[in-house]
Amino acid sequence: MSSAASLQIDSEGRLRHLLTTEGLGKDLILSILETAESFLPVGKRQIKSAPLLRGHTVVNLFFEPSTRTRTTFELAAKRLSADVLNLQMESSSKSKGETDLDTLLTLQAMGVDVFVIRHPDKGATAGFAAEVGNEVAILNAGDGANAHPTQALLDAFTIQRHKADFGNLSIAIVGDVLHSRVAHSNIHALKTLGVPDIRIVAPEALMMEAPEQLGATPYYDLASGLKDVDVVMGLRLQHERMHEKKINDLPAYHRDFGLTRDNMRLLKPDAIVMHPGPINRGVEIDSEVAYGERSVILEQVRNGIAVRMAVMAMIAGNRQY
Amino acid sequence: MSKTIDALDIEATLDAMAAQLKPLVESAAQAPVMVGIHTGGLWIAEALHARLQLSSRLGSLNIHFYRDDFTRIGLHPQVKPSDLEENIDDRPVILVDDILHTGRTVRAALNELFDYGRPTSVTLVVLIDRGGHELPIAADVIGQQVTLPRSQHIKLHGPAPLFLKLTTGSTSR
Repeated sequence: MSSAASLQIDSEGRLRHLLTTEGLGKDLILSILETAESFLPVGKRQIKSAPLLRGHTVVNLFFEPSTRTRTTFELAAKRLSADVLNLQMESSSKSKGETDLDTLLTLQAMGVDVFVIRHPDKGATAGFAAEVGNEVAILNAGDGANAHPTQALLDAFTIQRHKADFGNLSIAIVGDVLHSRVAHSNIHALKTLGVPDIRIVAPEALMMEAPEQLGATPYYDLASGLKDVDVVMGLRLQHERMHEKKINDLPAYHRDFGLTRDNMRLLKPDAIVMHPGPINRGVEIDSEVAYGERSVILEQVRNGIAVRMAVMAMIAGNRQY
Repeated sequence: MSKTIDALDIEATLDAMAAQLKPLVESAAQAPVMVGIHTGGLWIAEALHARLQLSSRLGSLNIHFYRDDFTRIGLHPQVKPSDLEENIDDRPVILVDDILHTGRTVRAALNELFDYGRPTSVTLVVLIDRGGHELPIAADVIGQQVTLPRSQHIKLHGPAPLFLKLTTGSTSR
């Protein structure tokens, strides 16, 4: 088990931090999804907050820009009645002065209870978790191309709400898996939940290393990858991570790997279409698919708040202090 | 008395409680909304809802997000989500639980209820009031009153058949 996987579970087997979906047990994942289900009705009431984290402080510490993820974490924390601080930082690898860990420890000294951290470096949040005190819990909101566990959990939650049994599903993850922390986290979570057929569909330039080792099957052809699947997850083409310019010809990418009304006919009739957002319309997915009848993309956004509330409440409550 | 409480005829007690609630339901200007507290309170509420033939949908509350011991023991393992589809604004609410003990569950339920709206009144209905109140909370309709020492615990089992079990000694949570 990786250090992140063991750091996030306490001696009683409870969720102490959330750093990765790797090594998270099936029962624990299911209990997170069940807790999220209980938080869903909170967002539909007149008063959309519950008092669980009243008097607790949650800091969104983002060393990488993000609007969507930060907003949903902020809303999740506020709906738990926490006090929320949003800090957009330059990572110390780029700026001089105190290191990122110094920043974290300074905030810890100010009495912060939960850190939601996004960082460009792989494994950064696990490094922080190893250094912080017992009174602090850490939630990984994305570390480089490594992991984005709440996205994977909200995806699993969304699938569970549409499909009866993980044990007979075919799921295609399509697009830029090479740069995608979402893909990695999803494969771990879906595999643990018992999904037998996970397909990774991408051009060779964007294929991840050895998907077979994680229990997934690589497909280099979209049509065969989409054939008869129950769920298709489109991934955003991550221009900002593509220093090496792997894809130059966007129209060709769209032609070969874009999700279109035409290739949606290949899916099972009751299949759902997912995307973690933000979408590049007309690149990896067409608007008519993103907002079409099979799409659950906006549901994913709503579910994301409930899942993040569940995780935050769990790790805040499992601290030793 | 403690010898007899787990031998209580629950069905007959529910009949008596429904009879006691009937005038309140019939005289209400707006249709009352019945809400049961998960899990035992919901079983009792289901039984009363059927006996009173209420037209409004039965609601349920899972009060775990409103408990006062979160900072001590963290989030409870979950039961089913709250489900309150009826609008409770300006309507009387009949809040139902199985056992009234410290009153902390009812306190939590009242807080959650008011996040759904502003009822004209809340009537508290419990199958058993076992004493040991720690808050200024009392039930309006009580199936059976009993005084149990702190070391004794009474628990409703169900959903069918409903029966009470009395145990002695400390229980976790």
